[in-house]
Amino acid sequence: MATTYRTCPVSGLQFEDQAEKLMRWNAVAGVLWLLVGGITALLVILTRWPAIKLLPADQFYLILTAHGIDMLILWILFFEMAVLYFASSTLLRCRLAAPKVAWLAFWLMAIGGIVTNIAVFQGESSVMFTSYVPMQAAWHFYLGIILVAVGALLGVAVFFGTLVVAKREKTYQGSLPLVTFGALTAAIIATFTILAGAGILLPTLLWSLGILKEIDAQLYRMVWWGLGHSSQQINVSAHVAVWYLIAAVVFGAKPLSEKVSRFAFLLYILFLQLASAHHLLSDPGMSAEWKVLNTSYFMYFAVMASMIHGFTVPGAIEAAQRRKGYTNGLFEWLRKAPWGNPVFSGMFISLVSFGFLGGISGVVLGTEQINMLMHNTFYVPGHFHTTVVTGTTLAFMAVTYLLVPVLFRREMILPKLCQIQPYLFGISMSVLGLVMMGAGTLGVSRRHWDMAFSGAPFQYEWPGAAYLMMGLTGIFGVIAVIGGGLWILLVVGSLLFGKKLDGGKVSDRPTPIPVNTQAASAAAHGSEHVAVPGTVVLALLLFVSFVLYYFVNWKYLSEVWLLS
Amino acid sequence: MSAILPPSERLWWKQPIDKVEWAWIAIAFVWGMVMFVMMIYWHIYGKQNLSNEAYKTTPEMFAAKAEKFIAENTIRTETEQQIPVVKVPANGEGYLIARLWAWYPILELEKGKTYKIHLSSMDYNHGFSLQPVNINIQVIPGYEHVVKMTPTKEGTYAIVCNEYCGIGHHSMLGRIYVK
Repeated sequence: MATTYRTCPVSGLQFEDQAEKLMRWNAVAGVLWLLVGGITALLVILTRWPAIKLLPADQFYLILTAHGIDMLILWILFFEMAVLYFASSTLLRCRLAAPKVAWLAFWLMAIGGIVTNIAVFQGESSVMFTSYVPMQAAWHFYLGIILVAVGALLGVAVFFGTLVVAKREKTYQGSLPLVTFGALTAAIIATFTILAGAGILLPTLLWSLGILKEIDAQLYRMVWWGLGHSSQQINVSAHVAVWYLIAAVVFGAKPLSEKVSRFAFLLYILFLQLASAHHLLSDPGMSAEWKVLNTSYFMYFAVMASMIHGFTVPGAIEAAQRRKGYTNGLFEWLRKAPWGNPVFSGMFISLVSFGFLGGISGVVLGTEQINMLMHNTFYVPGHFHTTVVTGTTLAFMAVTYLLVPVLFRREMILPKLCQIQPYLFGISMSVLGLVMMGAGTLGVSRRHWDMAFSGAPFQYEWPGAAYLMMGLTGIFGVIAVIGGGLWILLVVGSLLFGKKLDGGKVSDRPTPIPVNTQAASAAAHGSEHVAVPGTVVLALLLFVSFVLYYFVNWKYLSEVWLLS
Repeated sequence: MSAILPPSERLWWKQPIDKVEWAWIAIAFVWGMVMFVMMIYWHIYGKQNLSNEAYKTTPEMFAAKAEKFIAENTIRTETEQQIPVVKVPANGEGYLIARLWAWYPILELEKGKTYKIHLSSMDYNHGFSLQPVNINIQVIPGYEHVVKMTPTKEGTYAIVCNEYCGIGHHSMLGRIYVK
């Protein structure tokens, strides 16, 4: 098939015509879903803020359902499709396999997303993102999600196909670049995740149509979380790949050891699937042995993988900086990092927030017995707003500052605001996650409209600290929405009004990587053997926080009623 | 960059791993093992473990057993809705029904006594969230979960529903007395 290849003059990245269009459409669709998700976020926040309590109960649950679906599924999946096409076609400098299938994938996902949103906004499908049976949504709620899943699966297939094309046409040498390897990890996890989703959503659709009589409520939870949690592991793999990409592009960084970083991705593939158990630890239907084995990803091997990435990503940056001569003391490399470049600042806040807040809270939450202190409390959304938002979303925002000039050929508008945005969003969202976890530790429920329990036969007064935490949730939530809205404004504004940039040379066949460019760094192999004392200190700090927080929670647990 | 690197760089799997990195991998591995063993340790020596005892049931079967328990052990009724307050026999068995949108009945327990509380739902998923103790257990229709619990402090406790169960979810508040 005839196609053309454009080499970006700034970065040296090469975009095949079809892949470029698909990346643009998927990324823009993702941003539009983020906009819907952001508006619903604001409404959710303003309702849970006890002093404001904006929406009535029915609208609150409707909006909360929409928020979950539009953010967790649609924004992230669309953006991830763009990441997959980038990591395959662009980094490997080859044509995209079967672009027609990729377009079909796009439209299936778009139509599916719209159908599910219609179902939600019609008001008969306020069943939350998790849609636990036997609470039933309208049939097209499930149908829409199935269409999205089928589309995503096709997109993943195109990614795999593109790897084959690149191999066969020999557009790269040696092994896949690490970033592509990370994306491959995400794609493999996506495959099993989506199959689990099909395994539960197809019967649920039939049940909503009256064809199937009953679905076991416990079985649903188990299989659904094979989709629900594992799909968050796609995000982890994807955003870790983006971290490596940004480290390579901004610093020319190479991992401390290719072997170790790749091995850590491999551990994700092997063990992340077990995390469905995290949601079932306080359920009746599974044995303690099953819970312990699964919740720990079979002895915490996936946690080990994340700890490895948490070391090697900053380690790679430190090594690259030291090689450039920033060798004074422990932290000159970090102090002299380009903090005014939103690509870097966003990525680094994402790394720190994901590690210290999202990662630690996730492991504690996923400890079998400790889970009883937090299951279904506000701690849970607190945790995942520091994984999927400050981790994944912020990493994707950061890489967008890179993609707008090279992929969309537009200069970012309002560079001062671009500099501020990752701090505004990343810090407020991190604090938001913390205070949500604080409220959850005090028992406040997630997905709950009224802390005052109006209409209940009794009263229960939450501790004053819980109200304080919920008030802070409101304040930092609004700031975070402003930070996210600013990003949408900057990106959309730049796409519409940014200065047009030179697209670079167009060729009718793939071109080799120009030396000394960002593209070359992103595709490089090999390890960097430089001592990284600063990273060691940071990692030990993470480790000490982890250990302390972990045992503090055992202490809390030992103080509640005796249970056996 | 890869174009200017010597070809040996491509053999990344032959490059040695730095000592510091090995050390970190070892720390992560050992810590994982500690956390894994900790859960097992707590099953043996800890005093807060969620019961493994659960049975398949139906709303009708569970309601029948609960009604019998309530009829035999009610000591008074409370509130305008005349919700029965049921004294669970010391070291005996009690039943708690979760349904739209109530926890039924009110249970009365004694401090230091151990009870087997049977939990199930009549309709959707519900969440047993005992406050201010902060113990949270999922309640699933079709499953009867038998949780052994020993209150450690006297007082009036609230059971908040913390699994979304529809429009009246926020009004689903129950009560347990510990004397």
